[in-house]
This record gives sequence, C-alpha cells and structure tokens, in this order.
Amino acid sequence: MGWFKRSPWVLHYNATSCNGCDIEFIVSLTPLYDLERFGIISTGNPKHADILAVTGSVNEKSRQVLLNLYEQMPNPKVVMAVGLCATSGCVFQDCYNVMGGVDKVLPVDVYVPGCAARPESIIDGVLNACEILEEKYKQMKISAKGS
Amino acid sequence: MNTIQQMILSWGMLGKAVAFVLLAPLVGGLLSGIDRRLSARFQGRYGPPVLQPFYDVFKLFEKERIIVNKFQDFNILLFLVFTIFSGVLFFIGADLLLMIFSLALAGTFFVLGGFCVGSPYNHLGAEREIIQMAAYEPMVILTAIGMYQVTGSFKVAVIAQSQTPLILYLPGVFAGFLFILTIKLRKSPFDLSMSHHAHQEIVRGLTTEFSGPTLALIEIAHWYETVLVLGIVYLFFGFNVWLALLVTLATFIFEIFIDMNYARFRWQLTFGSSWLFTAVAGVSNIIVLGLVK
Repeated sequence: MGWFKRSPWVLHYNATSCNGCDIEFIVSLTPLYDLERFGIISTGNPKHADILAVTGSVNEKSRQVLLNLYEQMPNPKVVMAVGLCATSGCVFQDCYNVMGGVDKVLPVDVYVPGCAARPESIIDGVLNACEILEEKYKQMKISAKGS
Repeated sequence: MNTIQQMILSWGMLGKAVAFVLLAPLVGGLLSGIDRRLSARFQGRYGPPVLQPFYDVFKLFEKERIIVNKFQDFNILLFLVFTIFSGVLFFIGADLLLMIFSLALAGTFFVLGGFCVGSPYNHLGAEREIIQMAAYEPMVILTAIGMYQVTGSFKVAVIAQSQTPLILYLPGVFAGFLFILTIKLRKSPFDLSMSHHAHQEIVRGLTTEFSGPTLALIEIAHWYETVLVLGIVYLFFGFNVWLALLVTLATFIFEIFIDMNYARFRWQLTFGSSWLFTAVAGVSNIIVLGLVK
C-alpha cells in the first residue's frame, strides 16, 4: 500500500564530512523546509531507520562504524550518499587515508550531488529513496514467498 | 446526546469492552496525529498529515523483525495486553483501583522489556521509566481516593454517572493529575525515558533496541494509554457530558502547549517536583475534603 513512501525514517551519519552537508541536512528539518511534512523523521537509532544518509568520504575508521550501522538496520533499507565527498570522495579522493565515496563500502542507492548539498536536493534524494524502499520491500516479499 | 448515552449504556459489558479494543487505537492514533500537527504549528512548521501515526505503524509492521533475545517481544506483548486490559476495566465501569494496579503492571512489563536487552541506552531509558513511574503513581492513587471520598464508590460506572461535580470538590487533585498527566503522555519536561519529538537524544531511550513490529506494538499501547488517561480526566467533569468532552480535549491541547514550551527536566527535579506537587495539591485536598465532609 506504499507505507514506506509515507513514513521514511532517516539515520544520518557523518563519515568524514567537513560539516557543510551536515548543516544542510539539519537545515532541511527547520520550518523553512520542514522534512516532517512528508512524514520524514531524522532518527538517531539505526534500528528504527529506513534510510541511511551518509555525508563525507569514507576512511578506514569510519568504514567500521558505517558497516556496523548498516548491519543494525532492519530490511528493507536504502543508503543515500549526500554531497560530493560521499558520492566520489571529491577533492579528497587521492588522499592517502581516504578510501573514496560511500559506494566503496556499502551499496549506495541514491546519490545527492552538491558541495554542500542543497536542502532541496537532500529532500528530493530522500523522496527518491522512498521509491527504492518500496521496490526493495516488494522484492523482499517475493523472495520470502519463494523460500 | 442522551440517545447516544442510552445506546452506550445498553451495550452491556462485552459490547463496551469490544468497542474500547476496536475504537481506542483509532482515537488514540488520531490524537497522536493531531499532537504532531499542532506541535509543528507551534514551532512554525507545516507538520505531517494527521494520519501520519497510522502510516508509521503500518510501515513498522512491514519492516524486518530483529530481536536481541526471545524475552524482549514477550514483555512488550504483555505490556500491550495489560494496557488494553486496564482500558477495558475502565470503560466497562469496573473498579478504579484494579484498573490503576493493572496499568502499573503494564508499565512494569515495559520496564522489564527495556532491561532484558544488552544496550546501555535501553537500560538508561528503563531506569528513567522506573523513576517516572515512582513519580506519578502516588498521584494516580490519590485521584482514585479523592473520587471515592466524593462519590462513595471506586466503581468507574458510579463515578461517571454521579451528578456531583467532582471538580468542585477535587480541584487540587485535578491539578495534581494534570501535572502527572504530562509524564503519562510522555511530554516535555518529563519525557525522560522516551520522547516523541527528540529522536536523537540518548539514541531513543527505552525503545532503542525495539524495531519494526515490536516498536509498532509499543506505539499502539501508547494510543490505548492516551485514551485511558484522558478518560480519567473525563471523570472529573462526568456530571455534564459536553463539558467533560470539551475539557478533555482542552487538557490534551494544554499538554501539547506545555510540551512545546519546556526543555527536559533532570530526573531529580522530575521526581522531586511531582512528589511535592502531589503532597501540596493532592494530599492537602484530600485532608480538607475529609475534614469538611
């Protein structure tokens, strides 16, 4: 019936972001943009979350945390890379300690561009992630029936 | 209104119980939606649709079930069952004291569910829930005692149909009950163990380790609880149905207003202020009433 589309709960993790995208992410909760009107809630708990929004490129330390958070989230779940650093590593991709974008570690479903990503594009990204959530739920049901 | 009243009276015990079990989550969910919308408006936001809590619960039922140990879900199920049981006791007009004790038992199972998992955040939430229970329980019992003093019965049916305006005899008890209602509805400044709005604080308090369908059960139990405690507010104004319904709704909106205007108290202040207010408003009201009557 499309309940995931109506109530996506987002977990936000700062991998190694400069805080630019994080500020934009928090800004999208404010009265001007108001994420909650779509039923989107920014939660601090991976076990309640549907969407993992990652900002910043990934290094060896944040990789462990990222994997840990991802594994704690119940299915169906979607990973969203917010900002250029998270999508590709951006200007930091050649640094000796940077592994690159989030897709080096997790299967990323939505890439949100921008440095820093605009609140509008973050909201757009979340709404796209909802569609993917619905598809994943359908696949989950089909595979559960098959087994 | 009289015809509606007569209809409800003619339903009998089983009919009323079934009506409560079916209708209370609808009313509670709708109230929760109104709460979220109003809260958003108080903050200058547009807010989610009024039916948002239902969407959330339906979604949670579709999520994967992750459990840490097998006792976790069992405790939450008992929490829901005993909350519904106390609600049924209340709405079929049974003993008020029995209802209060079974509601306390429901709360105990919730705390046990919080303690049976490993997460330290969950333990912190459970400890705070115990403190909250200790803070509100005396006032709830005083409410029952006050109603007994005025109407001469602990039966909800007798109290609800009593033509005595309870609020005129029990203003202090009502004020005390309003105070602890904030704890019961999990509103700021007393939302220590788990909060509706602060989703990032101490991870998520008591519900940290609960996900998917179990979290949905907790939410539904909270809807039942909301309807039940608002039912107790109704009893204070039972002499006039319309006034009672109006005041109950006004109380709910007042609680949202309080929620929006206060930051969270520390647990010491929560406990101290609740007991102090219980003593000043509740106990003194009952002593004076005992002397006068």
